[in-house]
Amino acid sequence: MSKAFDHRRLRALFVKESLQIVRDPSTLLIAFVLPLILLFLFGYGVSLDTTRTRIGLALQDSGEPALSLANAYQRSPWFEVETARSLAELKAGLVAGKLRGIVVIPADFSRRVASGSGADVQVIADGSLPNTANFVSAYAEGVRASWAEGRGLERGRTVAPTIASAPRFWFNPGLESRFALIPGSITIVMTMIGTLLTALVVAREWERGTLEALMATPIGMAEFLLTKIVPYFVLGLGSMALCTLLAIVLFDVPFRGSVLALLAIGSAFLIPALGQGLLISAITKNQFVASQVALLTAFLPAMLLSGFLFEIASMPWVIQLVTYVVPARYLVPPLTTVFVVGDLWPLFLRNILALLGFGLFFLALAFRATRRRIA
Amino acid sequence: MASAALYRISAIIVKELWAVLRDPKARIALFTPSLIQLLVFGFAMTLEVDNFNVGVLDRDGGVWSHEIVSRIAGSPNTGRVVQLRSPGEMRDAINNQDVIAALVFDDRFSADVAAGRTGEVQMILDGRRSNAAQIVSNYLQQIVAGVANDVRPSPAIKAPTTRTVPTYWFNPTLEYRWFVMPALVVTVGALMALAVTAQSVARERELGSFDQLMVSPLRVHEILIGKMAAPLLVGLVNATVYIILIPLVFGVPLTGSLVSLYLSLIVYLLSLIGVGMLVSSLAQTQQQAFLGSFLVIVPAILLSGFATPIDNMPGWLQTATLINPLRHFLVVTEGVFLKDMPASQVFANSWPVALIAMVTLSASAFLFRARME
Repeated sequence: MSKAFDHRRLRALFVKESLQIVRDPSTLLIAFVLPLILLFLFGYGVSLDTTRTRIGLALQDSGEPALSLANAYQRSPWFEVETARSLAELKAGLVAGKLRGIVVIPADFSRRVASGSGADVQVIADGSLPNTANFVSAYAEGVRASWAEGRGLERGRTVAPTIASAPRFWFNPGLESRFALIPGSITIVMTMIGTLLTALVVAREWERGTLEALMATPIGMAEFLLTKIVPYFVLGLGSMALCTLLAIVLFDVPFRGSVLALLAIGSAFLIPALGQGLLISAITKNQFVASQVALLTAFLPAMLLSGFLFEIASMPWVIQLVTYVVPARYLVPPLTTVFVVGDLWPLFLRNILALLGFGLFFLALAFRATRRRIA
Repeated sequence: MASAALYRISAIIVKELWAVLRDPKARIALFTPSLIQLLVFGFAMTLEVDNFNVGVLDRDGGVWSHEIVSRIAGSPNTGRVVQLRSPGEMRDAINNQDVIAALVFDDRFSADVAAGRTGEVQMILDGRRSNAAQIVSNYLQQIVAGVANDVRPSPAIKAPTTRTVPTYWFNPTLEYRWFVMPALVVTVGALMALAVTAQSVARERELGSFDQLMVSPLRVHEILIGKMAAPLLVGLVNATVYIILIPLVFGVPLTGSLVSLYLSLIVYLLSLIGVGMLVSSLAQTQQQAFLGSFLVIVPAILLSGFATPIDNMPGWLQTATLINPLRHFLVVTEGVFLKDMPASQVFANSWPVALIAMVTLSASAFLFRARME
């Protein structure tokens, strides 16, 4: 047996792996085109900030206050209003999803406003879209409140407040959801390169038997894993660099930390990601199964359990426990921080340590699984 | 002639099902992930923000700051209240994400309130988590406003003369799970159908056995029909498991007609198979097919209305989503589950999907034929 690391052999294998990456358009597609699409969608298209919502207005009263309130809804910048006399005409629109809500101004509205006995405006929102439903009921109330104030219906209700509180949002005063979504999409991209891509590439070598051919050469186990890790590691960092550049230049996400910190965080994440990919390929040895397992154990958790879309603290405790073994969970906080806050080494180091721990664990398992298969 | 064609088609369907279902690992990979996804992601996706920690820097120590803090601690939404001793500690607590918000009371706070001046509470929130921070800020402001009202109940508040009374149809308590679970039928169905299609076509291409199929007596369209069998079966089985479990185990109502749901589901699966075939016809290897279908599915999920409402997108992007089968079928599943959607509406949302299926399937047939010549 030759020595564990042979310089020439290692270099030849790196060249082979790198050529394999560069020559396959699908790899480059995932590393450089998918990030573009994701950043673009998160930066421009997909937004949590609502614009105009289509609602129906059932105007069952023709008194002056009712018409004036109806007019307030029609002029509101938040709503696109379809007016009808009866509720029945609008119901079908709500079922079909053409309308997101219905405001009903009832027949006795004007009379009750005049008598001061409390007039109700009914707001029906489409609960099958909970987000939008909340928006509709909140803004429908807002339109009513400012209409009532404008007419002086609620005069004398405002007194100097006894306690005032104005929220200040650190790091992101305008509350741009982009600031959270773009580091999140970098997490997704790096998970895909680290885990999905490696799992596929190595599973393919198992499937085709080229791995056994490789194993018949004097190459050592450690060398083999290294030649699989390093090229994808470099690819992952390259993709991260591209994403970062785009985030700053095109999407105005601030970058307040240091490049060194970003590099440290990204590198720390790629180790467990690659380890997981190698482990999956060694266990499954089949491209289809490997892709499904990578999807289920890496891609989807990175998207849904890493805390960038949904708050981990609000999840049921069993699922919170699951998030602790999702490496992406330890990438999202430092990555967001290095963009919008700056260098916070205590936070970085804590997460980097967790990532390296997972990395060693996955690599050790991958090492064992690979060796066992060869023997 | 016709019976010979039928014989050939049934033969290739048997072969295709066999190819997909033979491998025990693949069988597991076909049916368990969807169950895990239903369990994990059905519960993980929640819009509610609760169990959050709040820091308090109380330089006042008076009765009114205590009142606010104890109400925050007593709120069911709050996790822990962390006492902070200095601005430095507060900065660290927010920076390290130990707390998502911090309240600062200056030393004159209770005195100001007692004297009838406006007491100022500083409220600082972690803008890194923009969505959660906003929700937490609303919670906290409500609590502060409640205390403010108790300090001096405004004497002459009459009952308001008008008010809005919200009701939520189809989902009266706005359970987010009721929205997520029918949507999982759409997204998980898409992931599975695309993966199985890509695998069954691209694998044969990679191994070279696709050429053998091409020189067999089978016509191109017969091969394609055979290739549809496995993903259609896998998709139907997975969707059926969902359609049974979602109402029975998770209590989400299934109000509409199963017949129209299944008809729409079949059309939807065919459109996904079409997309999968198109990707596979362009790919040389399985790896390319898998990664290619990923490149399609990720934006398709983001632009389906599941991640964020389509209404929020810019107009040109809303138009672009019309070619996304997920977008149309999401309206159908939400409608049939929650809204008792009539057949006419199910149809109105299914024919665009049928059109997508026809276009993608014939395009892939054309591409396969072109490759043959």
